[in-house]
Amino acid sequence: MTATTGSHPTRRLILQGAASVALLGLGNLPFAPARAAANDKYPEEAFKLKNEADAIKALYGRTAEPSEKVKLDAPEIAENGGVVPISVTTTLDKVTSISFLVAENPNALAASYRIPDGTLPAIANRLKMAKTSNVTAIVEADGKLYSATKEVKVTVGGCGG
Amino acid sequence: MASSIRVRATANGDITEVQTLIQHPMDTGLVKDSKGELIPAHYIQELKFECNGKDVFVANWGTAVSKDPYVKFSFKGGKKGDDLKISWTDNKGGSDTITAKIA
Repeated sequence: MTATTGSHPTRRLILQGAASVALLGLGNLPFAPARAAANDKYPEEAFKLKNEADAIKALYGRTAEPSEKVKLDAPEIAENGGVVPISVTTTLDKVTSISFLVAENPNALAASYRIPDGTLPAIANRLKMAKTSNVTAIVEADGKLYSATKEVKVTVGGCGG
Repeated sequence: MASSIRVRATANGDITEVQTLIQHPMDTGLVKDSKGELIPAHYIQELKFECNGKDVFVANWGTAVSKDPYVKFSFKGGKKGDDLKISWTDNKGGSDTITAKIA
């Protein structure tokens, strides 16, 4: 991992760009996109995207389908958008990653977690929300994407100002 | 300086529950300070947990993770007394590491 840190930043950006273009192009193939989430590298591009759908695509190369097996726990109303406790659990098998997205934030992708073999598919964390928004949890299980979405009303936004 | 990482790892049978709190500003780069100048983005990008030489949990974070981040997860394969190594790196090249014992 640290072996790449020495490389020239511009070159790395170009390579990353090329890689994501390639992934988008291969979006229909079943196995190529799964590597995007499975590899070790920080998904810089996905975190920069504004739109939720774009971020999911950049991260996983495919779209998610809503599933009742994904349980997203978030408050109905968050008084402080700076600290919104959000957790997810799932009964799905072979979970390899879980991501959280806040649709109305300046950048939709908030956090993405890698779940190695033996780690339970249950995560609690705290996110910032700029305003009232849908929060989506994406669960990658057995190479497929499942999601759950919930609206959280925010009375005071979490982006200061 | 005290570590930025506070961790509680508790083994209960086969499953170890890990709760972690990290001190970090998690600045988004969108907020202005009292002089009206933008505070540059400063946030943790990767947080990793290793137990017995194996990654048990890896977090990739953006700026939307709250200040002083908290995360909780559980994994199988750890037992009382095992070392749990936690390390993070941020977008400015900052980092911290701690090794905790599973209780």
